[in-house]
Amino acid sequence: MTQLALVIDLNVCVGCHACVTSCKQWNTSGEAGPLFDDNPYGKDPTGTFFNRVQTYEVGTFPNTETLHFPKSCLHCEDPPCVPVCPTGASYKRKEDGIVLVDYDKCIGCKYCSWACPYGARELDEKQQVMKKCTLCVDRIYDETIPEDRRKPACVISCPTSARLFGDVHDPESDVSLAIRESGGYQLMPEWGTKPANHYLPRRKTKLRIHADELVRADNPLGKEDIRHETSKESSLDDWLM
Amino acid sequence: MHPAFSVIFLTTLIGVGQGLFLALFSSQAYSVVDVLPAQSGGFYALGGLIALIFLIGGLIASFFHLGHPERAWRAAAKWRTSWLSREVIALPLVMGSISLYALVNWLGLEADIYGLGKTGQVALSIGALGVVATIALFVCTAMIYAAIKFLQEWASPLTVVNYFLLGTASGFGFATAYAAVAAPALTPFYGGWAITLTVAGLFTRIASLLRNARIKQISSVQTAIGVRHNKVRQGAMGMMGGSYNTREYFHGRTALFLKSVKWIFLVLTFPVPVLLLWAGLAQNSAGLLMLAVGVQYVGLLFERWFFFAQANHPQNLYYQVVG
Amino acid sequence: MTQTLTASKSEPAALHEEVRTTTCYMCACRCGIKVHLKNGEVRFIEGNIDHPLNQGVLCAKGSSGIMKQYSPARLTRPLRRKAGADRGVGEFEPISWDEAFAILEERLGKIRATDPKKFALFTGRDQMQALTGLFARQFGTPNYAAHGGFCSVNMAAGLIYTIGGSFWEFGGPDLDRAKLFVMLGTAEDHHSNPMKIALSKFKRDGGRFISINPVRTGYSAIADEWIPIKPGTDGALLLALIHEIIKQGLYDREFLVQYSNSAELVNIDAKSHEEGMFVRFEVPPEEGCFDPQNKLWWDREMDRPVGTHTPGVDPYLLGEFKLADGTPVKPAFQLLAERVEQYTPEWAAGITGIPVETIRRLAHEMGVTARDQKIELPIAWTDVWDNEHKTITGNPVAFHAMRGLAAHSNGFHGIRALGILMSLLGTIDRPGGFRHKAPFPRPIPPCAKTPTTPEAVRPNTPLDGMPLGWPADPDDLFVDDDGGPVRIDKAFSWEYPLSVHGLMHNVITNAWRGDPYKIDTLLIFMANMAWNSTMNAVEVRKMLNDKEEDGSYKIPFIVVADAFQSEMTAFADLILPDTTYLERHDAMSMLDRPISEFDGPVDSVRIPVLPPTGECKPFQEVLIELGSRLKLPAFTTKEGNRKFRDYPDFIVNFETAPGSGIGFLAGWRGKGGEKSMKGEPNPNQWQMYEQNNCVFQYHLPKSYQYMRNWNQGYLQWAQAHGMTRHSEPINIHIYSEVLQKFRLAAQGKTDGRQPPAHLKKRIETYFDPLPFYYEPLEATLSDKHKYPLNAVTQRPMAMYHSWDSQNAWLRQIHAYNYLHINPKTAAAQGIADDDWIWIESMHGKVRCMARLSEAVEPGTVWTWNAIGKAAGAWNLDKDANESKQGFLLNHLISEELPRNEAGEHISNSDPVTGQAAWYDVRVRIYKAGADEPKETWPQFTAVPAAPGTPGRRPWQNYVAGLFGKGEGK
Repeated sequence: MTQLALVIDLNVCVGCHACVTSCKQWNTSGEAGPLFDDNPYGKDPTGTFFNRVQTYEVGTFPNTETLHFPKSCLHCEDPPCVPVCPTGASYKRKEDGIVLVDYDKCIGCKYCSWACPYGARELDEKQQVMKKCTLCVDRIYDETIPEDRRKPACVISCPTSARLFGDVHDPESDVSLAIRESGGYQLMPEWGTKPANHYLPRRKTKLRIHADELVRADNPLGKEDIRHETSKESSLDDWLM
Repeated sequence: MHPAFSVIFLTTLIGVGQGLFLALFSSQAYSVVDVLPAQSGGFYALGGLIALIFLIGGLIASFFHLGHPERAWRAAAKWRTSWLSREVIALPLVMGSISLYALVNWLGLEADIYGLGKTGQVALSIGALGVVATIALFVCTAMIYAAIKFLQEWASPLTVVNYFLLGTASGFGFATAYAAVAAPALTPFYGGWAITLTVAGLFTRIASLLRNARIKQISSVQTAIGVRHNKVRQGAMGMMGGSYNTREYFHGRTALFLKSVKWIFLVLTFPVPVLLLWAGLAQNSAGLLMLAVGVQYVGLLFERWFFFAQANHPQNLYYQVVG
Repeated sequence: MTQTLTASKSEPAALHEEVRTTTCYMCACRCGIKVHLKNGEVRFIEGNIDHPLNQGVLCAKGSSGIMKQYSPARLTRPLRRKAGADRGVGEFEPISWDEAFAILEERLGKIRATDPKKFALFTGRDQMQALTGLFARQFGTPNYAAHGGFCSVNMAAGLIYTIGGSFWEFGGPDLDRAKLFVMLGTAEDHHSNPMKIALSKFKRDGGRFISINPVRTGYSAIADEWIPIKPGTDGALLLALIHEIIKQGLYDREFLVQYSNSAELVNIDAKSHEEGMFVRFEVPPEEGCFDPQNKLWWDREMDRPVGTHTPGVDPYLLGEFKLADGTPVKPAFQLLAERVEQYTPEWAAGITGIPVETIRRLAHEMGVTARDQKIELPIAWTDVWDNEHKTITGNPVAFHAMRGLAAHSNGFHGIRALGILMSLLGTIDRPGGFRHKAPFPRPIPPCAKTPTTPEAVRPNTPLDGMPLGWPADPDDLFVDDDGGPVRIDKAFSWEYPLSVHGLMHNVITNAWRGDPYKIDTLLIFMANMAWNSTMNAVEVRKMLNDKEEDGSYKIPFIVVADAFQSEMTAFADLILPDTTYLERHDAMSMLDRPISEFDGPVDSVRIPVLPPTGECKPFQEVLIELGSRLKLPAFTTKEGNRKFRDYPDFIVNFETAPGSGIGFLAGWRGKGGEKSMKGEPNPNQWQMYEQNNCVFQYHLPKSYQYMRNWNQGYLQWAQAHGMTRHSEPINIHIYSEVLQKFRLAAQGKTDGRQPPAHLKKRIETYFDPLPFYYEPLEATLSDKHKYPLNAVTQRPMAMYHSWDSQNAWLRQIHAYNYLHINPKTAAAQGIADDDWIWIESMHGKVRCMARLSEAVEPGTVWTWNAIGKAAGAWNLDKDANESKQGFLLNHLISEELPRNEAGEHISNSDPVTGQAAWYDVRVRIYKAGADEPKETWPQFTAVPAAPGTPGRRPWQNYVAGLFGKGEGK
């Protein structure tokens, strides 16, 4: 059984927000749209976004890490938002594991969003239906789009390719490989939601220089030290027989 | 959580309605076994109607919570998994059975179904179904909250107990005031139960407050983003003008405000109504009893506000700092 | 209106009605994009996967292009300031283009016929300097520059005067093969998406990434190590690294000997007029903008001087020698070693705040990685001395730096130090190090020169020289007989001799004061000189509106061409509405700043995907029209008629000289498009670009891709294709004779031009042929006890190099800004998170909000730049967060230094290059009073929406050009 998901590599995410706005522009004019913007040119502009990039600071100066953290719906394998939906508007697709909302059935009770520990769902204040990341379900199967671009908008736009997309149930997929090999983890595992999306942690490359590696026999300074004036001082040369 | 007035009114109003109906039913049932004096069908019918009005009031309030109330009928679909769906089914069942109960009492339809030779058998039979539905509704309503396991303040049997006790206490309180006007003989019965339920509710609500005060939140910013470090702090939540995430899950009030609300509801919901009920019963004063009902209802509004505000949604871990 | 679609159904919808290819311009990066149109409106903008620059990706800005296109700040009609209305108030009336052109034609015609320098044209980050510069030159005014002077000219000049190339469009780190990457003073970059692509690959390949920055944001976030540094002290760090690398012998000796002037002998005779100059053994047969190969080495074997690059000779890098005539000489490297002797890691630690061990380790990591992880590519090449090499060597240590180094008054020498460090490690134009991008490398300095006397400015005559150039010695300065400046910004004068990008940040102040003279008309294109692109914004706004006693304006006529209603447009007398990037033709030209890759020249174009909004007209068309009306020679036929129909026609047919075959675009030249780089105009050139993703890429043969400063094949190819005039080697200037020539002039040791007395000491001090560290000028002139902190700005990735505070999507991410403060620094002032505070410099103060952060060094406070807006500008609501909570640090920064020995009105700039010293400012912070308003200060009176700007939508439901019911107000 397929479970499509994003694997987000925090090791390379620079927090540029490309995924945020590419998602917005694809989806507002797509099947999941429009995505409402309220007060777009006034005080406290706010709108519906499926994806946000947050920033965290880890540690204290000078040992501070700045961590950029993109977050969208995690498409849980056991999504708590789905069973609580009274109308069946919120559902998880059997064929690919994408968690979706059928806007026509949504009554806007917000209960699914309460039932999501990740804050992945946003009520569209204009349409009054619950909205969330669809993994660009209207892109990834669209055969009019070239095959290598049939990925969520956030994935194709991401400049650091920090967002990998694929089937986490296929052990040979790139995403599964990345999870296995780079320590992929899930958010809030304590709730047993089994998020399909995974995150790859920061990894550090260090260089260790042994003291005896610093200076080599062919040190170029060796080529500079040969000229000295003949010494006028007396030396042992004057004494030894 | 951000307390929504629609839900506050929904849960408190239907609580009164449900409790009132249970009061009517129990007194009528007791009358069958001659523990309490039987009343005219009109008393139960009018009481049932009032209970129904409370339920309708709650229903109307609930519509204000919905983005698409016109589609509310769809909400019955997922009763197998959703407590909300179950509530949506239970509520009309309760309303329907109370309506029937009131109608039968109103019309005085009688049949000696069980060969007891007593009046009220038809009404009570229908009422019994209503009781089952009413209790189910209490459970459903409470379980909507108690079933969200990561809302740790809610995820407790105490939530169900409190919804039941506070609903019935307010309903019996209302019944007391109603009886003081329409059937004074029942006043001590209702009043006694109202006081009992209120006191019981005080104990269970305090129990939940104590429990909540000691909750160790299972999720932390560390589990939220998967970084093991004892010092993790958000620098920016990703948007600055607010979003659904900042509006829906935060009460936006100070700790002091919350504490004040807590004491207000503790005072208004429990000791004051008990004293007023006691005084009202002692002085046979319908006015004091009504005051008790009014005060307790206001207290319940504060209680319900606090119930929502106190719940810490783990999503809030992701929305700490604007930057 | 499309409403209530379900996301559950995935049947393909008719979304892809039309896809057009063009080039992004949400910032200076210039990615290839595919614009998906639905019913002629923009539905989706994606990165073009076939474009070499961004390879399919697109950043947050690029993905928000829709909201720029449909911004309510769009200017759509030519506007004239209402009679009687003050500048800055924003009262305008629409006029026709005919009227606008008539006004300009008459006014500019008069100026040109009398004194062309009274017309000044300054442009923002326009990337069409080839055309704007041509227009200015043809007009005959020297008063032209783009925004480089206040941006990052130190980075361009510091490196180009050292290695013949620089970062961004000019070159960059080869992260594909680097093993160690050190980034200094960079949050986000010019070359933004390519940098991100490369950085990600680099990290995944296991490369080690070190970021040196006072603040850990942007790219620094993913660094393996963050080394916090005090602002303005990078030069000290770099000099200490050089010290340690020389001390340990971790430099690439062979590289320095062969490819730099390290081994060349410098006359050190203090009595000689040739002191500090390289000793020459012959007069070059030909003079030009190149280094003649006539200098000396000291042969180790024979212990005597020989001509450089004498086959088989291995010269000394260290030592002191006497020539036969008794002249004492030292190899340049010896002088460098002597110079850095004092710059120990211990010394630098005290200045930079970086621990000694870290500095030493950093030097060792660089040196050992460069030495022990060498790359050998099996690519045979021949150097200019006819030595054949079987391989290309690379020392895989790469660097990148940006304004953190540049925007200080000591930036030039700090960046020189960086160039020298990169050279010591042997990383110039080699795999894994720094690599050039065409048309670089260029001679040191490049050939372009300004005129040198005021006589070059003559009525009705094009300027005799370029408005901007690269002085090689004092005689190249653009000064009058008294050594006074000819340009309004005093560029190329003794005050800032190597101000190769001009000093846009002083134009308004100088013009207002009439120093060096008054001008008549100031044309500003796409630069927000009344706000975030000016220092001292409050005062500059007053200057723009200041009047003479007779009631006339001190700057008589201000024309602003822009696509948006900025703070600057409010001060215009005439506003010319420009188009957006989706509505116009553009050329990312080899004559300007193309988008070349390491492996060869690349240029690109924009082709309109949408018709112009309202009466918007591309600024290029305005220039062509004006050039034709004013009968500027380049725009006029011999018969005196209009030469070019329009901008596309100009791009196709313009040649740098008649028959030169070199034009704005390098691709598909020749009659049938069969030639590249050079060839006759091709009438179908635009179509050919259009058919090829709007980009032309030329892949050099592998053997021409490296060591280009000295690569015979490449240099000959470059010469043959008109990219360089000479094919002489471009040796690295470890030791800068160019600077020494200015110093000698200041010392009175030359026959040529000498600086005015009051500037002699300044020139002598700062024109040091070797890099040195000095404290930023403002710091030496301010009370450091009163103002103990440094204040710097960065731009967030989502708004880097863009105007986009009015962008409905991006402003949800950054609606206002905080001052970020280390918790310890804040605690010392009793400042808590979210407090309203004052930040104050000796020039002014600003009220803002505090945000505590562990990601900033305690001596620095910082904020995101250019998020704060003046009320009403950009057609934002007057209560928008940008104006109420957002703030500019510019109010704290003066465009001029306090009066000092060099003069009264010396620019707050690098004394060598005129680079605006934004980050030199010293500040203090303290809590705002509890009774003060909770809003930023200063506040400005809100300007009304300009006539013709689209309505400000109270809400929007955007679907492919439709906004739901919320359109307009």
